[in-house]
Amino acid sequence: MKDKVLKIMLFCSAVVLLLLMAGILYALISQSIPAFKHFGFFQFISSTEWNQIEGQEQYGALSFITGTILTSLLALIISIPFSVSLSFLIGELFVGKKIAFWINSFLNILAGIPPIILGIWGYYSLRPLLISLNIGHHGYGIFSAAILLSLMIIPYSTSISTTFFALVPMKLKESAYSLGATRFEVIRNISIPYIKKCLIAAHVFALGKVMGETIAVTMIIGNINYIPSKITDTGNTLASVILNQFETISDLKFSALFAIALLLFIITAVINLMARYMIRRVVL
Amino acid sequence: MISYQKFRIYIDKFFHVIVYLFSFIALIPFLSIIWTLLKKGLIHVNPNFYTQTSPSATEAILANLSGEIIPGGILNGICGSLYILLITIILTVPLGFFIGVYIHENRKQKFSIFIQYISAIFYGMPSIIIGITVYVFIVKSFHSFSAWAGSVALSVLMLPMIIRATDETLKSLPTYLKESGLALGASYTSVILRVIIPTAKGNLLTGLLISVSRILGVTAPLIVTTLGCSMVNWDITKPTSSITLLIWNFSNNPCMADMVWSTSLFLFIFIIVLNIIAKHIAWKWKITLPHE
Repeated sequence: MKDKVLKIMLFCSAVVLLLLMAGILYALISQSIPAFKHFGFFQFISSTEWNQIEGQEQYGALSFITGTILTSLLALIISIPFSVSLSFLIGELFVGKKIAFWINSFLNILAGIPPIILGIWGYYSLRPLLISLNIGHHGYGIFSAAILLSLMIIPYSTSISTTFFALVPMKLKESAYSLGATRFEVIRNISIPYIKKCLIAAHVFALGKVMGETIAVTMIIGNINYIPSKITDTGNTLASVILNQFETISDLKFSALFAIALLLFIITAVINLMARYMIRRVVL
Repeated sequence: MISYQKFRIYIDKFFHVIVYLFSFIALIPFLSIIWTLLKKGLIHVNPNFYTQTSPSATEAILANLSGEIIPGGILNGICGSLYILLITIILTVPLGFFIGVYIHENRKQKFSIFIQYISAIFYGMPSIIIGITVYVFIVKSFHSFSAWAGSVALSVLMLPMIIRATDETLKSLPTYLKESGLALGASYTSVILRVIIPTAKGNLLTGLLISVSRILGVTAPLIVTTLGCSMVNWDITKPTSSITLLIWNFSNNPCMADMVWSTSLFLFIFIIVLNIIAKHIAWKWKITLPHE
């Protein structure tokens, strides 16, 4: 009897999760319908207009989609050399030594830095540096946002890559060393091919993570509703536009923001499921 | 003409240098963050900072003009954060634990696999989406920003973390633990409650503390659900402040730049302490079981 109650409770809690997801989807879809009806779905995602003047309101998402893709890809590209180097250092070159332990603990702490602290550091410390280097408009822009996002990725992807390096069988590495291979050759020809798919999956996860990042990006990207023409331009991402344009004065604009949220939801969900599918196929 | 052997060794040396260089460069911004936090944040460390509510803009401007440190503190933020967090934990932990157990016990069932995918989507969902959804359901229908709207938003963010922590912990337990309990004639319920949970409590607590430290730093959904308040507020239906909201408000106000750093330093140290406690618990209550 008691067992049945417990099993029903477990099942019900799983259903609650399903209901939560249904609730989120319901809110996003029902709120975004007016915007899609007014502009048309393809018109909405291919238009770069963002006009809030009453009577001639015109909203489109293309500039924000571009902004999101640019910032997150750029952040990933910037972060890869650093995170890969760090994970070589911790996972291969210094593995088992004290210094690897300290760097690893330090990175674990860094992974917990809240985005808002990264944001204010970007605003007060990184921006003056970029101004003196003459990058971006007063230090704001896609590039600045990408640097902050890459700082978010580095601790995360380093710690994941390091755990993957531990998966490479010692036997393989040792036999390569005994044949006279150098460190570089072992890493290049044994370790990396062995964990390549895991590394890619980890970085896809990281991509999904930074695409939805809101607060740090809002503080540094410049919040301009135009399509950026080069990477040092100011812009806006899907997530940041929701936050800094959030107001309830105009119903159509409110609905347009939900349409943007729906797009962001779909993009991040697809990326997450893709990464999960990749990891599942590799590890299990 | 250098020999091939020499060439290989040079390549290896070059590779080492590149790795050291990039690793070193990667650590610089992080050291800079911590250095700036300490350098600019320590100005405001005095008792008033933790026992008074946040100053108004005029007070800050007057203090800046006379060259004094800005009066007031972040008491409203600390109380608000802890209050919102408490409600979040009460809402999330039992539910997340049950879902985690459900996923673990029925790993191969179709519905469970579906739930696992849903949980993965939740895990990667941008926090702002959860924020505006809660805005529609709670803030709009009750016509007021409120502490509990914030708690609900944070709960939805925290739920997948708790589910994952539970699932991972249960996965790490050997199957013979459950089997031997059942073989002794214990019911399924008492195996879960009296064998599995006591064995896994250290790891579960670690998972909880780490999720809490992640949730503490969340800002975006709180901006659209709890709004912020300049007084200490214990009314669940009224707007409430939090540490992160205070950082956001201070940073939007140029005359309060000093407060930003001190508040961030406080948040950062809070998060580190939580992480260290979590690590300590994981190490102290480590699951040690004989091998099969």
